[in-house]
Amino acid sequence: MPVTHKTLVKSKQGSNAQSQQKPLAAKTAKVVSKKKDEDDGTEIGEGGDEWMHGKTLIKPPDQLDLTEAELKEEFTRILTANNPHAPQNIVRYSFKERSYKPISSVDQLAVHFFLEGNLLHRDSDEARRQKAKQGLPDEKATVVTETEDEKLETPLQAAGGEEAGDVEEGGGEDGAHSVDSKTGKKEQKLTNQFNFSERASQTLNNPLRERGCQTEPPPRASFSATANQWEIYDVYLEEMQKQEKNKEKAKAVPKKEDDKGKKKLTLVETQSDDLTKVAKVAKIIERMVNQNTFDDIAQDFRYFEDASDEFREQEGTLLPLWKFQYDQAKRLSVTALCWNQSYKDLFAVGLGSYDFTKQGRGMLVFYSLKNSTYPEYNYPTTSGILCLDIHPDRPYLVAVGFYDGCVAVYNLKEERPEPVYKSSSKSGKHTDPVWQVRWQKDDMDNHQNFFSVSSDGRVVSWTLVKSELVFTDIIKLSLVGAVSEGPEGVPPPTMACGTSFDFHKQINYLFLVGTEEGKIHKCSKAYSSQFLETYDAHNMAVDAVKWNQFHPKVFISCSSDWTVKIWDHTIRTPVFIFDLNAAVGDVAWSPYSSTVFAAVTADGKVHVFDLGINKYEAICQQPVVAKKKTKLTHIEFNPVYPIIIVGDDRGYVTSLKLSPNLRSKPKWGRKKLDIQFSGIHYYPPSFLFLRKTG
Amino acid sequence: MCAEVEETLKRIQTHKGVIGTIVVNAEGIPIRTTLDNSTTVQYAGLLHQLTMKARSTVRDIDPQNDLTFLRIRSKKHEIMVAPDKEYMLIVIQNPSE
Repeated sequence: MPVTHKTLVKSKQGSNAQSQQKPLAAKTAKVVSKKKDEDDGTEIGEGGDEWMHGKTLIKPPDQLDLTEAELKEEFTRILTANNPHAPQNIVRYSFKERSYKPISSVDQLAVHFFLEGNLLHRDSDEARRQKAKQGLPDEKATVVTETEDEKLETPLQAAGGEEAGDVEEGGGEDGAHSVDSKTGKKEQKLTNQFNFSERASQTLNNPLRERGCQTEPPPRASFSATANQWEIYDVYLEEMQKQEKNKEKAKAVPKKEDDKGKKKLTLVETQSDDLTKVAKVAKIIERMVNQNTFDDIAQDFRYFEDASDEFREQEGTLLPLWKFQYDQAKRLSVTALCWNQSYKDLFAVGLGSYDFTKQGRGMLVFYSLKNSTYPEYNYPTTSGILCLDIHPDRPYLVAVGFYDGCVAVYNLKEERPEPVYKSSSKSGKHTDPVWQVRWQKDDMDNHQNFFSVSSDGRVVSWTLVKSELVFTDIIKLSLVGAVSEGPEGVPPPTMACGTSFDFHKQINYLFLVGTEEGKIHKCSKAYSSQFLETYDAHNMAVDAVKWNQFHPKVFISCSSDWTVKIWDHTIRTPVFIFDLNAAVGDVAWSPYSSTVFAAVTADGKVHVFDLGINKYEAICQQPVVAKKKTKLTHIEFNPVYPIIIVGDDRGYVTSLKLSPNLRSKPKWGRKKLDIQFSGIHYYPPSFLFLRKTG
Repeated sequence: MCAEVEETLKRIQTHKGVIGTIVVNAEGIPIRTTLDNSTTVQYAGLLHQLTMKARSTVRDIDPQNDLTFLRIRSKKHEIMVAPDKEYMLIVIQNPSE
């Protein structure tokens, strides 16, 4: 139990002080009111002096008025040990008697001051606990005192004996212990209340400052992606391509430098925000826009079938579709047309001039049916183009014959506007305009080669060897039959001028050449000096000669002498003759029927014939150009679609759709066709000339 | 090469019935336009999303396939979108003119 000190202040003094407080307070108030300037510290002293004198009594206004007798009355005051503050009438509720009962004795103890100390009785629990904590030091403390005495003694005995060392050591050991115990002893401070004083000091505490530093947070970017099937596929594809590239690089070591150069180029391109990559997309969009604009034409092209053909038994019509024109080619006339065999909507147009007096530039233009407003490719040339041919296997190679006698080969895959190969005067170019070129099958060395025929009377074969054109004269066209000598005995020119030729579809070496004199020669590649046969075809130059695509014996020829003639190459006279009332520019067999062919004339009409339906007349004769003065120069059938393209001398190309009647396929077999043809032979020749179309 | 593309774009723009053309890059930001700014931004944003969705659809069905172009024909005009790996071309045309 804690022992508490209670300081009892004498209540006697307290009560005295209390009784005297009132007048003292009154007087001090007076003093204050009187002397305000003086210090409070001297108040009591002065107040005391005043009280000592005490003669001038001033009545406070609220003092009780008492008579003198009452003032002299003595009041006895008894000092008791009662606590004046203690209540005297505490009442408690008693549940036993069910009423409030006063408590007899009231505690009179008043505590004036209370202070708890910090001493513990040594036998108390708390003291014992503390002792337990400081248990060892307590025990050692007793040992220490003994060892300290020993230590003091040992240095004296050190010089004396051998045991000194041991003792010293022991003393050292003990000394060690003593050090420990000393520190332990030091922890247990014994403080007494008499002469113990503790002084504490505090070092200057430096003001606390907070210093922080923050590194720059790592740059953050939010990333989101999806993982679809196709994205995974793309990644795999890229990987594969990379691997393939690595393999290639491993194989081709010297090409590394080129790759680096190319890489640099590509880097530069990607940096700049240029539109070269938009090229493909722009093309698609252009086609879409065109499709929209010419939507009805596109629909007609695909789906329109002239229903009125059912009522017209034999006649058909041509439905005009797109019209192709190029601004820069306005004054040129279409001199050649060719469909691309692989891309069925692409065709090539050669532009130049047939006017011998006005010869200028030319152009090679490629159009696609998907975009009729602008060509896909165009190559301007210095000389007018007269003929062209697209390679059947390699659709990017185009052979072109010029008015100035050159031949050239263009590669559409390459970007440059010049031809890949071009013949020059050294390399055997023709001296006269080249009228026809035709690709041949690759020769034994796998070089591409083509043939050309020109007015200088030569049929030349050109072979593409690496970067050159190598020419070989195949045949020289000589004039058959003697020609009267010139006026001065100059030998007449012995060369005929070839104006067209065509190779047999099946028999490779067999070809036909049409000349300016109106003769057609049947030649073979093997024989360079002799013709196999000659046909007296026309009175004027043979503009076109074409083998039939199905019938191996039949070919057709047309000329400016207004006629179209069909021949059987075994017979020297024509099988059919058609007079078209105007100079015939071109004639073409259809790819879907052996009896259908079309011809274009200088009066702007297209004539379509079907020998299976009508042997004497055209089943369709239709003007296709607005102005009658335009001459139609060329015509070509599309290999797949039922359309034809017609070129005129204003530089326009018109596409027309063949109505169903024109597209009828021959129902009879080949034998019957032979009979058809052979039957004609028995007609007398005069009868042939009587037939007129119109 | 760049000049040719410029020419093609010019031709498209001057084609009959074409109201406007917008070239959008891979992130959907228009880089070239012939319409006013607010319209351009609107078209680019909306059509970009639609094109991505359409392309995703096509490729999900067959990953070897890819979207060539997208046409949206409305009462008033037709919106044509041709997407590419890096760029996208949007053309608004009034086909009936």
